[in-house]
Amino acid sequence: MNIVVLVKQVPDSGADRNLRTDDNTVDRGSANNVINEMDEYAIEEALKIKEAHGGEVTILTMGPDRATESIRKALSMGPDKAVHVVDDALHGSCAVATSKVLAAALGQLNADLVLCGAESTDGRVQVLPHMLAERLGVAALTGARKLTVDGATLTAERQTEEGYEVVTASTPAIVSVWDTINEPRYPSFKGIMAAKKKPVQTLALTDLGVAAGEVGLDGATSAVVEHTKRPPRSAGVKVTDEGSGGVQLVEFLATEKFV
Amino acid sequence: MSEVLVVVEATREFGVKKVTLEMLTLARELGSPSAVVLGGPGAAEALAARLGEYGAEKIYAAEGEEIDGYLVAPKATVVADLVKRVQPAAVLLASSQEGKEIAARLAVKLDNGILTDVVALAADGTATQVAFAGSTIVTSKVTRGLPLVTVRPNSVAPTPAAATPAVEQLTVAVTDTDKLAKVVERVAEQKGSRPELTEAGVVVSGGRGVGNADNFKLVEELADLLGGAVGASRAAVDSGFYPHQFQVGQTGKTVSPQLYVALGISGAIQHRAGMQTSKTIVAVNKDGEAPIFELADFGVVGDLFKIVPQAAEEIRKRK
Repeated sequence: MNIVVLVKQVPDSGADRNLRTDDNTVDRGSANNVINEMDEYAIEEALKIKEAHGGEVTILTMGPDRATESIRKALSMGPDKAVHVVDDALHGSCAVATSKVLAAALGQLNADLVLCGAESTDGRVQVLPHMLAERLGVAALTGARKLTVDGATLTAERQTEEGYEVVTASTPAIVSVWDTINEPRYPSFKGIMAAKKKPVQTLALTDLGVAAGEVGLDGATSAVVEHTKRPPRSAGVKVTDEGSGGVQLVEFLATEKFV
Repeated sequence: MSEVLVVVEATREFGVKKVTLEMLTLARELGSPSAVVLGGPGAAEALAARLGEYGAEKIYAAEGEEIDGYLVAPKATVVADLVKRVQPAAVLLASSQEGKEIAARLAVKLDNGILTDVVALAADGTATQVAFAGSTIVTSKVTRGLPLVTVRPNSVAPTPAAATPAVEQLTVAVTDTDKLAKVVERVAEQKGSRPELTEAGVVVSGGRGVGNADNFKLVEELADLLGGAVGASRAAVDSGFYPHQFQVGQTGKTVSPQLYVALGISGAIQHRAGMQTSKTIVAVNKDGEAPIFELADFGVVGDLFKIVPQAAEEIRKRK
């Protein structure tokens, strides 16, 4: 099975994150950039499927030059190769334009299965899998907490608010996964060394037949008008329980009219 | 006045979700609200009265196996056709997984911008979003097409405005490509009559400090006494104390209730990302240095196994 995993480099969600003051895009220059956590689960799932059914795993990333670090990191887990869509014109692209670019790249990769994280930790927008499915005319099984592959038939458990749905489709398809689906492996030393030699193909917009004006800030379908930092919460009252902590807690709730 | 389409979010038992009432409230500022019901047979009839109470002037319905038996795509096709026909002033969907997914397909079909996790919407379509785990407030606009926004639950107070909506059944014309992802089974897992996590006015969450799955009944008891939902930190979920769909945090649900009670949760960034826009935060933790106290309006340092039962008893006494 030919599997492509979408990997996004994002600013570390464990550190302070900002938008740039000049153009309101995500400040990636000063951030500690890492693989979007949820994507590691997609990589793991791809590797498990390859181990069980054979095939090839390709990482597909759209991002600036520095995303190379995340691509190598992803490859160190075990995928075979990577494709990096990189072009200065892409800076500031909206989700609609991003899906256009990734769909064009996927169009060249002939994937049976595209795997990705259910959302990224920076935007948390969750729209890419269905945008890609819409553009490519393939099935999208999204929000999977379990995936079974039987020949060309995919069956997933899709997490819902009320429980889960069992959903099924045939390849080619896109599947997005939550972090409940597996436990991603740590790259081995051998894997890290091997990753340095794995092929990484770079593609520019001209290679994909997408015009520069369709992407980036100029081609964006939405715009940030302004942004401000939310004032941090200030700590309130802190008491140490000396036997009446529970009662004190309820007294507070009562003054706030929750009880 | 132009129509504003509100794509209705409801439970499988035909209960209108609160976020739908919030969307109807927002829609009234932008034009005349029209509710779009996409679901199983009988959905529109079952939901009509409630939608009317909150100002739906019209209801468009697309019902049946063609809509309900497949994931997302048929719904997007129906809404896209409707948008082309009625040329609404805006389209509002819930910022749930499915709401965002329908919106995603609409954006591509209509070559239209999309804004997700919107918490406020001005009459001119300017939206307010909360980014980076609640640390940044963003004002944004769709610059191509109509305002296509998904609204985060608990963003506005739903206010009633009685209307008597007429129901128009839509012709469902979905393609084979819309039917590639089939729903073969739906399994309900949520137990009890607690409110849904993202919509609840009160959320009581437990963390690693709760110790084990059995002890979570303490968390549940307090939640029930406060009429709230139960949440859990990632540490608690990873330890198997509570199911994943109740996880609050960066890799779980984002909640913004009136009251958030954190029990045995240290308050790592991972968790704070999902709850720090809550209006009032209360914390109980045995470690007085736990970061959760930096956000708590009221914190109790001590043993939650003593404090929580005492609080529960005190609430019962006051009832």
